[in-house]
Amino acid sequence: MVIRLDRHSAGEKPISTYWHDCRCLAGSARWQVAIIALALSALAGCSDPQSAESAEQQSAGSPLRTRLLTADQYANSIAQLFGEDIAESILPPIPPMARTDGLLASGSAFVGVTSDQVSQIQQTAASIAAQVVDQDHRDFLIPCSPEETEAADTSCAALFLEETGRLLFRRPLSESRLSDLVHVADYAAEQTGDFYDGLALALEAMLISPDFIFIVDRAEADPDAPSQQRLDAYSLASRLSFLLWNAPPDSVLLQEAEAGILYTQQGLAGAVDRMLVSARLESGVRAFFDDLMAFDEFNSLAKDPLVYPMVTGTTLEHAREQTLRTIVDHLVARQADYRDLFTTRQTFMSLQLAAVYDTPAGQGWVPFEFEEEGPRLGLLTHVSFLAAHSHSVRSSPTLRGKALRETFLCQRVPDPPPDVDFSSLEEAEDAATAKERLAVHNTNPSCAGCHLITDPMGLSLENFDGAGRFRETENGAPLDIAGELDGIFYEDIAGLAHATRNHPKLSACLINRLYAYGTGGPVSLREDRDTLAEFEARFAKNGYQLSTLLRDIALSDAFSRVRSEETQVKMRESLRIKAPAERAGSTMALASMENE
Amino acid sequence: MKKLEQTLSRRRFLRGTLKGGAVSVGLPLLNVFLNDNGTAYADGMPIPLRFGTWSWGLGMSESIFVPKKTGANFDLPEEIAALAPVQEHLNLYTNFHVFKDDAPNLCHHSGWVVLRSGIAPTARANLPGETIDVSIARQIGNATRFRSLSATATGDVRDSFSYEGGNSVNTPEWSPLRFYQRLFGEGFQDPNASTFTPDPKVLVRQSALSAVQEEARKLEKSLGAEDRARLDQYFTGLRDLERRFDLQLTKPDPREACVVLEEPMDLPTGLDADLVATRHRMMTDLMLMAVACDQTRVFNMFYASAFSATTQPGYDKPHHTATHEEAVDPELGYQPYTSWYTRRAMEEWAYYVQALASFKEGDGSLLDNSFIYATTDQSFAKLHAIDGIPMFSAGTAGGRVKSGLHIDGGGSPGCRLGFTAQRLMGLEIDTWGDKSNTTSSEIGDILIT
Repeated sequence: MVIRLDRHSAGEKPISTYWHDCRCLAGSARWQVAIIALALSALAGCSDPQSAESAEQQSAGSPLRTRLLTADQYANSIAQLFGEDIAESILPPIPPMARTDGLLASGSAFVGVTSDQVSQIQQTAASIAAQVVDQDHRDFLIPCSPEETEAADTSCAALFLEETGRLLFRRPLSESRLSDLVHVADYAAEQTGDFYDGLALALEAMLISPDFIFIVDRAEADPDAPSQQRLDAYSLASRLSFLLWNAPPDSVLLQEAEAGILYTQQGLAGAVDRMLVSARLESGVRAFFDDLMAFDEFNSLAKDPLVYPMVTGTTLEHAREQTLRTIVDHLVARQADYRDLFTTRQTFMSLQLAAVYDTPAGQGWVPFEFEEEGPRLGLLTHVSFLAAHSHSVRSSPTLRGKALRETFLCQRVPDPPPDVDFSSLEEAEDAATAKERLAVHNTNPSCAGCHLITDPMGLSLENFDGAGRFRETENGAPLDIAGELDGIFYEDIAGLAHATRNHPKLSACLINRLYAYGTGGPVSLREDRDTLAEFEARFAKNGYQLSTLLRDIALSDAFSRVRSEETQVKMRESLRIKAPAERAGSTMALASMENE
Repeated sequence: MKKLEQTLSRRRFLRGTLKGGAVSVGLPLLNVFLNDNGTAYADGMPIPLRFGTWSWGLGMSESIFVPKKTGANFDLPEEIAALAPVQEHLNLYTNFHVFKDDAPNLCHHSGWVVLRSGIAPTARANLPGETIDVSIARQIGNATRFRSLSATATGDVRDSFSYEGGNSVNTPEWSPLRFYQRLFGEGFQDPNASTFTPDPKVLVRQSALSAVQEEARKLEKSLGAEDRARLDQYFTGLRDLERRFDLQLTKPDPREACVVLEEPMDLPTGLDADLVATRHRMMTDLMLMAVACDQTRVFNMFYASAFSATTQPGYDKPHHTATHEEAVDPELGYQPYTSWYTRRAMEEWAYYVQALASFKEGDGSLLDNSFIYATTDQSFAKLHAIDGIPMFSAGTAGGRVKSGLHIDGGGSPGCRLGFTAQRLMGLEIDTWGDKSNTTSSEIGDILIT
């Protein structure tokens, strides 16, 4: 075996943290500088590891979960170990998740893997492994060279497999496991006459292992509270990194887990703070909001080209990107108040989006500010929200209102009853505006109940058509956009934006979703109520800054303490009973309200 | 010559120490494998039986969909006029019911779930049991690379009517290019190739798999019951990999209709009816070639979702919205735009059946050796009705089934067709379905006894 000492040039991207622990994911230089400066400054006030813990007494803990890697987490794992080019060459072999309590990520704790899916996992594993050992990658992805390429080299295989396995499985390999894998590599090298083919086959075996595909929480007795259990250090490391980075732990975090550092308040705080100032935080925040806002809809979203000729697939991709950039800039770079996302006029613009926004623009993404007195302010007026929650040929106040309630306020809008008489809608065929059409529809009492929950705020966005373009009128008729959101009456879009921004459920909903996202499954309002209330109080006290909320969750007792078996059984029973309703897939949920 | 045919027509297992070397096997021409009348292979092995499903959304306009005549030579009302070229190949089933019993009528959900699983769902995301294709694949899908394949014409990866259990949906292929690469990319063994070179890596994969399975078992022990069931399912998938690896060491039998297609271009997203039709035809061509190449014997094609959002350019209501908001034209007696969408679906159903019939296999076609089960989610979508839900079948299942018939179910369970299909595919079941959907009665009128 020949060990390579100088493995990376500056231009080389990837690789396992075996060689490189502190790589940054792609992100704008401006953001990276701002993130680090502002985050350090923001964290200065809360760098005392006691600040979070002291506020929270011992909690009921959180359930042990077994999560399937999401598609993004799979891709991020591959990118983190083997580089973006290999990650981008494959389609993650992960099935779509059922949206559960508003999150696809929560569906990952329940989804099963069919035999057909396992075969796709194997095919993808073979493709990844072949690339890792090919001529273009082996010299900087494998830390040693065999004595002879045509023969087995146990030492070199062991060196590669031990560290790669540690990072893939997010914990060290046992001796027997490593020995098995090295045996596979040696045997394969003998069979194929090629050391690298052998190594690839051993890597392939790791990539189809459930230890890689599933994120399994494991518990151990808590020495400070012998009757209770806590996550083992590696499980805690995975929870932290998937929450903050949407990626597996890097080598440093695994070392901290191994050294027991994550079990000291100071050590855990240090680890979390390092992660919060990493550029990877941007990736994590994007992933969470992409999930929260159901942006997976964009994967199949399209608009009627006859009605909206300026809206192409690229336009819609840019609409999604615009909102994610706005969120990251606002919450991560500027460390601004979460609630102001619903009123901010600061965003980004691209040439592809300019036609929809009816504004001039140059090439590339540039910071952009909506006009001070104009109708655009906040996320609800972004093309992404407006277009995603519309039909392909027209706007939909109902879909928009429903999305506002379910996405940002965590309220559930019931499905329409099955025996609705739609004949009144036929009489509304000639209605000029959606408001007139819905008024007719709502003469039916069985429809009116739910539509009153969604339509008043959805109608306030009727100045934007189904593609999100501004319009003064609909079919020549003036639009009445005055409305009401849970007792707050307003006259215009700005009124809706501010009513949303100040809605008492807004921050509670974010916390609910973020805690579920971090702990890997839906919250239990019975068991988690106190914990969530404490997070909310501190979120308010800290100016609704996302980084402080992330830190608070990550350092909390609930995040790392394992809920007792008895409580977990109760929760599982409860979930089983309500599972069907709770696990409504996004398509179904949205489609069910499709009829205005 | 006879001896040669018998020798070469059997799948061959080439285990042994390969050590980087390849074993090449010369192959004879294709038709020598068939018996004199072309209905079976020369050594007596029957041509394989296949099972497929097809689905369209939002039912029918009864007055122009249901033929007046039953039995053979039934009339084709205007909404199904597109089926004329394939009428002889299919059966139409009307006046069959789906029963919800004490479960709610879940709009656009109860209908398809009952017809595919036999059980009425209790909530929208509730997917009880397993779907019929999964049960059948377990029976007839073990000799092919893919136990089953699913594809959708909607371009949406979430659109599938095939699941192993409530949380385990078989993900459909949604991109023509990706589907092509999966079928004919790495791992594809051309059954008509003149040589066969087993991959020495497969032996290693088999060996490595046992270690992975052992680790999976260890992991499983540490989990709670529900997660253990999920790990167990994964373990089943690993076992299926073993089966696939075995197949890769085996020379596949030649398939006369198998031709590797050219790589297709991908299509943009969207549900404009023309785009959906184009995507449907591309996916159908790929799927059926996969069947012709014996890559699978169980296949699901999804034309439109239950909440079909197919659009007509320039018309402001997607299909589902139109079913509810469009008035019934008093003169025509139906909803013209809604019917336009259903007619487009029937055009695609005709394309699908015709495509199956166009693959030559023995003296007949691929369709002759298949049974296709086509279902929808409602009967009259405007009212979310599930009584009288229409169904089709196509193909004669290797001469076991009559075709060209219109069958009136007389209000009996729609599950009878699924039950019949499973029995045709060799499942030894005496009943199928739950509560009022339970049936032990095949649709005898279509069976050749």
